[in-house]
Amino acid sequence: MALFNLTINGKSQQVDVDPNTPMLWVLRDHLDLVGTKFGCGIAQCGACTIHLDGNAVRSCQLPVSAAEGAKITTIEGLSEEGDHPVQKAWLEHDVPQCGYCQAGQIMSAAALLAQNPNPSDTDIDNAMNGNICRCGTYTRIKAAIHTASKNL
Amino acid sequence: MKNFIPFLKNKNPEDQSKIFVPSRRDFLKISSLATGGFLLGVNFQCAGPKGEPITFAPNVYISLSSDNEVILVAHRSEMGTGIRTSLPMIMADELGADWKKVKIIQAEGDEDKYGNQNTDGSFSVRMFYEPMRKAGATARQMLINAAANKWGVDPSECTTENSQVLLNGSSKKVDFGGLVEALQTMELPDPATIKLKELSEYKFIGTDVPIYDAKAIVSGQATFGADVDLPNMQIAVIARSPVVGAKILSYDDAAALAIPGVSQVIKIEGAGIPPGLDKPLEGLAVLASNTWAAKKGREALVIEWDLGPNQSYSSAAQLQEMAKSTLKNGKVSRERGNFNSAKSSATKVLDRTYLAPYYAHATMEPPAVIADYRGDGSVEIWAPTQHPQWARGAVAGALGLELPKVKVNVTLLGGGFGRKSKPDFVVEAALLSKAAKAPVRVQWTREDDIHHDFYHSHSAQRIVATLDSSKKLTGWNHHTVFPAIGATGNAAELHPSSGELELGCRDFPYDVPNIRIETHESAAHTRIGWLRSVSNIHHAFAIHTMMDEIAEARGLDPVENALDLFGEDKNLTFEGELEGDFGNYGEKLEDFPWNTGRMKKVIQDVAAKSNWKAHKDAGKAVGFAAHKSFLTYVACVVIVEKDANGQLSIPEVHYSVDCGVGVNTDRIKSQFEGGAQFATSLAMTSAITFENGQVVQNNFDSYQIIRMPQSPKKIHVHILPSTEKPTGVGEPPVPPYIPALANAVYKLTGKRIYELPFKV
Ligand code: FES
Ligand code: FES
Repeated sequence: MALFNLTINGKSQQVDVDPNTPMLWVLRDHLDLVGTKFGCGIAQCGACTIHLDGNAVRSCQLPVSAAEGAKITTIEGLSEEGDHPVQKAWLEHDVPQCGYCQAGQIMSAAALLAQNPNPSDTDIDNAMNGNICRCGTYTRIKAAIHTASKNL
Repeated sequence: MKNFIPFLKNKNPEDQSKIFVPSRRDFLKISSLATGGFLLGVNFQCAGPKGEPITFAPNVYISLSSDNEVILVAHRSEMGTGIRTSLPMIMADELGADWKKVKIIQAEGDEDKYGNQNTDGSFSVRMFYEPMRKAGATARQMLINAAANKWGVDPSECTTENSQVLLNGSSKKVDFGGLVEALQTMELPDPATIKLKELSEYKFIGTDVPIYDAKAIVSGQATFGADVDLPNMQIAVIARSPVVGAKILSYDDAAALAIPGVSQVIKIEGAGIPPGLDKPLEGLAVLASNTWAAKKGREALVIEWDLGPNQSYSSAAQLQEMAKSTLKNGKVSRERGNFNSAKSSATKVLDRTYLAPYYAHATMEPPAVIADYRGDGSVEIWAPTQHPQWARGAVAGALGLELPKVKVNVTLLGGGFGRKSKPDFVVEAALLSKAAKAPVRVQWTREDDIHHDFYHSHSAQRIVATLDSSKKLTGWNHHTVFPAIGATGNAAELHPSSGELELGCRDFPYDVPNIRIETHESAAHTRIGWLRSVSNIHHAFAIHTMMDEIAEARGLDPVENALDLFGEDKNLTFEGELEGDFGNYGEKLEDFPWNTGRMKKVIQDVAAKSNWKAHKDAGKAVGFAAHKSFLTYVACVVIVEKDANGQLSIPEVHYSVDCGVGVNTDRIKSQFEGGAQFATSLAMTSAITFENGQVVQNNFDSYQIIRMPQSPKKIHVHILPSTEKPTGVGEPPVPPYIPALANAVYKLTGKRIYELPFKV
């Protein structure tokens, strides 16, 4: 066990956990931020995607010890009112089916648009390749990313 | 639990379609709201299969509060189909409610209160369209009567809109909330006077209505199974029998218990063989204060297993055996004419074998469930379950409790596809909470999910089709062999049930004079369950790729061939040809006929909308298939091409669908869009295999799901306008897609596809 100082959604937090604990479980089990989801635990599905200094990372593969000192954003902190352009576009296209993958999809999409405000279909394919949607909402995700790109 | 197949609701009397009749006795129920308002409960009594009343059953629940809120109960589970929106939306539409002022609350699992809650078999809309309309219409009539009374006018002069009653031809109006008090002392309307709206009067039905939970989902606030947290809760991760039927001989948990956070290790007794549909596997659970410690604890366990009789099982070997068995005569399930004589006089015989693998559901959310067993001998559950009543019964049985002592709350489901109808994981949590004397969350990892599913069966099929000298299709002989779902509860079941055969095999609809459908024996060596569209998956694959070959042999366009083989418009009955009765997905043929005219219409529609002929004439690789399942008529066209890297890409898919009245058209479209993606995975990327009785694949690295770059790019869903009774759309998109894709790939590569999954 060790103490870690984390900056999550603009707030300083302290946790006392095993240094190998992935950020996913720190968020879910220790900080009650359960919007970030567990899907595979091996960086294959993207359900656990968060932002680390603005980059999309898989929190299931990010040990808490590597997250200290970085700015972490989770789905709960992406916007104040759930009104980030990506979230708004998601509502406009009514993207979610079961919804379980969507926090991860939205975090990946938001990171993509922050770096590339005008992505092509191929850019989107590449950026979203790590996010599985078992319900199969891919066509709407892509359309929503294009919409969000226009409304940035 | 008796042996039944819940996805076919006629297989269990408890699941029989219930006819809802408003009961005057229990009609009005007033209760105080905590906020000081009043609730009007509109309760419905339901009648059993023979019309006999079932004890008090407020199946459908509408509440109005004096602050003008309309509260509707969603009693079916939300796993991504939008049902939690679509059924309340039907009530709201009849009621004339302001959708923005509607609040939806999720029902707990309670058969007496809510009737059937088994969210499976694509029957939520089919079964509850009418009752939901009646519920809304009854509440509307009461509100109108109250307002008319107040104004001293005739009720026929009033209507409802936006949660208000309006007096026609005047500016008089009153909020629903303002009538709540008057409702308390009001006479109840005679059920015979309740009039349902005409289709044209609906504001929501037949339109695109966004899902109720969308905002919560996109902001990370929606509650799924694993998101429920209780004080002092322990997290359990379980080492389950690696082979079905394996038993723990001994174990050493010292290293696990030494891990900080780990509190205890508890053994779960498994059912053995047969494993059962509702029982946990044998396992050793590590309980800890957090998930990471529980996972580490499990890794540190040392377990000696008696692997039991399945330890030498190889799925590849069994599949070969199954394929071989189709060369012999089997058990005949349907017979029309005389196939043998058709074959002896045939000028061309097509004889093909089709193989399909086991599939895992791989719901995005692995099973996760919370149980809180309390000192007073009651237990409360929070579960992402498709079937809260089954979960409730299974927990009561496992813990030896009376049903009222078990409360099952239903969270959102991160996908279901049939997996989460089985209550095995719920029982695990209940047993552990009782043993640990603490609330317990059981968290399945992805590996657990891939290793310990109730799999879609692997299958071997052989179809022999005969043509005569005039290129007429004269004979159809379909052999199908796959371990049956029933074998999970009864190892003696070696043939698929008639229910499984009616999922796209013995309900073969084409006008062929000589038909023989036969099955062969195969034993189950794992837990078999049902996956989105069930045996329709492999049956439709075999039948409609064979149809494409037949079209080619007849020198016909595949669309022309299908239309020709349906013949005249008529209702199919299968009378006199079947072993046993025709199940028709639990519905009477009078209510839901098998109409070839409707099938031909969706085929013509998809051909027109997809520009089938133009694509075909231009030499593009397009494939077609049409398949009715769960009473919904679907035709599908898939267009494929090779991209710059020589990879297969799927630029366009067209579906035409006749599902009767389209309730929430956007959710119909989304089910078809998702169905195409789901079926792409089944066709091209996913397969479960067994060696030494154990599943070979572990996670999404080896059990692959289609990802965005390989997924179909444009999916057009054409919903045929209809006034027929609505039917479900959760499963019907899957079956025709796989053969349509396979047929398109044949056009692209010249190679026929006989085995799933296939690579290009
Ligand atoms: S849970 Fe992290 S990528 Fe799947
Ligand atoms: S919406 Fe269900 S997994 Fe993506």
